[in-house]
Amino acid sequence: MEAAMGLMRRMPPRHSETTLSALLSLLPRHSSDLLSQVDLPLQVLPDVDSGKKFILCEYNRDADSYRSPWSNKYHPPLEDAPYPSSKLRQLEIEANDIFTVYCDQYYEGGISSVYMWEDDHECFVACFLVKKDGSKTGQGRRGYLEEGTWDAIHVIEVGPEEEMTRYCLTSTVMLSLTTDDVSSGTFSLSGSIRRQMNMNLPVADGHLSNMGKMIEEMEGKLRNSLDQVYFGKTREMVCTLRPPNEVVQMRLPSS
Amino acid sequence: MAEQETALSDKQKKEIAKWFLLNAPAGEIQYVAKDLKSVLKDDGVYDEAASEAFPVYNKSHMICLEMPGRFGDVLVTQYGELGDNEYLDPKTTQVAIVDHVKQVCKEVRPATDEELPSPYIEEYRCALEAEMLKYVGEAYPKGSFSVYCVNGKDVEGPGSDFELVVVISAARLSPQNFCNGSWRSIWNIEFRDDVQVLELKGKFQVGAHYFEEGNVQLDAKHECRDSTMFQSPDDSAIAIESVIRHHETEYLASLEASYLNLPDTTFKDLRRKLPVTRTLFPWHGTSQFSLTREIAKELGIGK
Repeated sequence: MEAAMGLMRRMPPRHSETTLSALLSLLPRHSSDLLSQVDLPLQVLPDVDSGKKFILCEYNRDADSYRSPWSNKYHPPLEDAPYPSSKLRQLEIEANDIFTVYCDQYYEGGISSVYMWEDDHECFVACFLVKKDGSKTGQGRRGYLEEGTWDAIHVIEVGPEEEMTRYCLTSTVMLSLTTDDVSSGTFSLSGSIRRQMNMNLPVADGHLSNMGKMIEEMEGKLRNSLDQVYFGKTREMVCTLRPPNEVVQMRLPSS
Repeated sequence: MAEQETALSDKQKKEIAKWFLLNAPAGEIQYVAKDLKSVLKDDGVYDEAASEAFPVYNKSHMICLEMPGRFGDVLVTQYGELGDNEYLDPKTTQVAIVDHVKQVCKEVRPATDEELPSPYIEEYRCALEAEMLKYVGEAYPKGSFSVYCVNGKDVEGPGSDFELVVVISAARLSPQNFCNGSWRSIWNIEFRDDVQVLELKGKFQVGAHYFEEGNVQLDAKHECRDSTMFQSPDDSAIAIESVIRHHETEYLASLEASYLNLPDTTFKDLRRKLPVTRTLFPWHGTSQFSLTREIAKELGIGK
């Protein structure tokens, strides 16, 4: 399994689906481990009632069907499937509505979904997902990207309700972007990172407000991290391979 | 992919194994090989896949191997390939015999006269090589290059066309820092005798991989063309070096520009740093149920 995860880390992120597919066929007995540990770009389906798209993930799946947060129905229909309690469903509905507005603000579009379910002893888990296609043929407003996707998965475990409730957030962002123009050719960056954040927050402020703020903070950190650290390191590498002329002309002592 | 009822055939396993090897980032194929062997658990299939994948990988990445006997380095490229495992180093006129899977040069032998270009061609090739030695030495801290004749190597004198290729390969491997990268340039130079013009075609491929607690890869490609006059070997070499230097510097600058644009421009099409309001999202809400209405009011949007 360790070797399999090693391969996932080295194969190009844009080929993660092919990589996972290949690993699943080579290691069929480890399929549940692989599926739970590997993140793949998110898929969507249109809701049968409203046509509105919703995101598919392990958290709204039962057998081969997926539950829509808009209609609360499984696609394709499924008998004896699990649903959140009516109280949690109310929270889920509210969360989906607010998260849509949040996504509109930050993602200028994009598809979002929130799923909640009860865990044991008065805890529950909420999963917030975003999928954005930023390519110029998709929802990229400025037309810079030939191809561009951002997939975010935020899973929050909410502890038993106390005055200060514990929230544990695990976030994964997968992104890929390609610009292509005549003067500079094809430029492609892709990658994925995962981080965790735990906080104790006053339950009086409301679960949605608490979770929302954590997600917003985390997304901001991940965006900055990807841009400055991760992409920055690749930029540093390019400049190490072939330093810009100004550096060369200074005739630094050879290392 | 494969259905659960039947196990994979050896041929299918081999194709998958080859896919993993061929897609390894620069400098990482041995690590991929190690993990692949663990996952595959079938040394027979692995060995077959490796024997087919490694040569392709090595040539595509233009790996640089040390030749025994103080002859320096040789680049493994399609342009210098004389036989299955034999690669010419034009500079030293030695032929390196290579073990692709181990990625080492086992031995060297001198090239035969048939394998080398004619004296007329060699004048041009050698002059260009001297110019490139200066250029690559200056521009690339750890670069290697070779100049080959790929067409018309037996041309005896003026009156015929011929073609030279310059390949530049630089790799920076820093696995302890979880960062590896490579730069490859291939310049095809057609010497067109009839119109007394040199047509240059350049192809660049730059890659970088950073994988500390994550996995991010850069993959950049570019092609360009230019031309210059067909002159004496020395003058042609100087003109070619100048064209190459110009385009490569320009390409590097455009890569820099792409990076500079990222945070505020390109990235914005994926996710803004902040909403248009330039403030954080108003999550505050006295009760969860009125949150949406309040937010909608605040942002001035209908629901």
